[in-house]
Amino acid sequence: MAKQPSAVQPKGTPLGHRIARNKWVYILFIPAIVYFSVFHYSSYYGISIAFKDFKPFIGIAGSEWVGFKHFRYIFEDPNFLRLLYNTLKISIMRIIFSFPVPIIFALLMNEVRNMRFKKVVQTITCFPNFLSWVVFAGIVYTFTGPSGVINMVLENMGLDTVNLTTNPDAFLPLILITDVLKNFGWASIIYLASLSGIDPNLYEAAAVDGAGRLRQTWHITLPGIRGVICLQLIMAIANVLSAGFDQIFMFLKPALYNVGDILDTYVYRIGLLSGKYELATALGLMKSVVSVILIVAANSIIRKMGEKSLW
Amino acid sequence: MVNKKERHHNPMDTPRYAQVVIGCILAAATIVCLYPFLNVFAKSLSEAHAIYTNPTMIVPHSFTLEAYEYIFSTSVLLKSFAISVFSTVVGTILNLLFTIPTAYSLSRNHAPGSKLLLWFVVIPMLFGAGLIPQYILMKNLHLLDNILVLILPGLISPFNAILMRNFFWSIPDSLTEAALIDGASELKVLTNILLPLSKPIIATIGLFYAVGHWNDYFTGLYYINDNTKWPLQVLLKSIIVDLNAMNMGTQNFNNAIDIGKVTLQPENIKAATIIFATVPIVLVYPFLQKYFTKGIILGAVKQ
Repeated sequence: MAKQPSAVQPKGTPLGHRIARNKWVYILFIPAIVYFSVFHYSSYYGISIAFKDFKPFIGIAGSEWVGFKHFRYIFEDPNFLRLLYNTLKISIMRIIFSFPVPIIFALLMNEVRNMRFKKVVQTITCFPNFLSWVVFAGIVYTFTGPSGVINMVLENMGLDTVNLTTNPDAFLPLILITDVLKNFGWASIIYLASLSGIDPNLYEAAAVDGAGRLRQTWHITLPGIRGVICLQLIMAIANVLSAGFDQIFMFLKPALYNVGDILDTYVYRIGLLSGKYELATALGLMKSVVSVILIVAANSIIRKMGEKSLW
Repeated sequence: MVNKKERHHNPMDTPRYAQVVIGCILAAATIVCLYPFLNVFAKSLSEAHAIYTNPTMIVPHSFTLEAYEYIFSTSVLLKSFAISVFSTVVGTILNLLFTIPTAYSLSRNHAPGSKLLLWFVVIPMLFGAGLIPQYILMKNLHLLDNILVLILPGLISPFNAILMRNFFWSIPDSLTEAALIDGASELKVLTNILLPLSKPIIATIGLFYAVGHWNDYFTGLYYINDNTKWPLQVLLKSIIVDLNAMNMGTQNFNNAIDIGKVTLQPENIKAATIIFATVPIVLVYPFLQKYFTKGIILGAVKQ
């Protein structure tokens, strides 16, 4: 990753000299030092709440240390297993059902010869990605609501109407389908970019050898984008504990807590709504620790594969 | 994005029937993406009773602009809109002013301690303190119920700074070194040589930030309780997801019904609100498509 030291900076120059020479590097970094210190590093102090009986009026420093009391409480709470189960279930179902869709879409797009058709398809399918989940969920609600398209069609067919947004059995399919609809077009861009980098000579050689289009896809196209697929997959695995919080939040209702409550939604509820600061902080801390382990592991796997790592 | 590889149709290419099948699948996927927007758009321009009789419409029935007249007549929506415009415009400018020097510092990795600088930026990205410590911090900084909270906590995205650093790396050293040998300061090199060459990446990252601000929901949810200071997304959630059309201002809504505007119902008000929130994204979409694609490819290119 790192570039070679430039010719302007010969090796062996005294450190003080090299620092003076690069003074602008440090001066221009001052805004970053101020920003990250104030808004990130100083917030780490608040993590100590997880190990204290926090009294807002006394402040963090004055509150009493209680060790791992809150962590023990979390592990004994039956809610915790349910949260973990929901979080992992939603994440894994996303990887199984949603993850392949943009890859398949990109492979299909790759077969299209009509450039104008391709452009129109791409423009329309990418668009929903740029809307917020609030707006997209609003569209989903107008679609599935009592006077929405789905129920009206059911009614006209003489079937019973359903309320898809309050039915626990429909929650996971609803999450998976709306996630695919919002994201597949945009997510396919990275695969299409990678597909266009495959050497066309490979296809010609395969065609000369008598390989049909399907065999070419299997032996040339898929191996050609394997690196990008692995990269995306590893990132998805590194994010399993988040489970798409911003989407889930829009569809979660008390009636759906049993199937849809995940770590982040619970942290928000007990923390900001119920004021159980210690429990929310402890749960958030556990999530952060596991996430950091997953991301560091993912990064070293990516690096071992010879792909571009995150740092 | 254009695929240059097949210029001529060879006999081993995708057979004709397969092309037709693929074309149909893609067309269906496109229609599935487009239809909900047409449906909501048509509903926003229709009278309420027509929505119940023609829920699948893609063209307005019993055309009326009353839903739009109504949402613009309540000051609530416009006020939130103004707050979001403020946080997007001012926020994005500040984001760039903070991110560009950071990315430049990170790109000069021959300077002593440059690894340290990188870790200083990466650690906050990897390890978040969590919601409650962040909340208490905002409280101590007097940013609760303060619209600056929509801007300040996200001034530098580590991810965007690293993306921009990668772009700076792709600029040939020879350009900057010649100037440095001629005695130009690094600040001059940054402002006179690197920045003019970096317009595409600045546009890309500026758009990343701008869309992030515009669509930001959780900052407002967490830190702004006072509903007169809500950014647009938080207000939208209460109107179109939590189905409180009344949040437009109870008084106004009742009045509309009192004075006999029976054409107005939560259904078409919601639809008009969704369209209102979508139009700004539609307007900048050509730029988004162009520059976001550049960004994603830059992020994927191996250094």
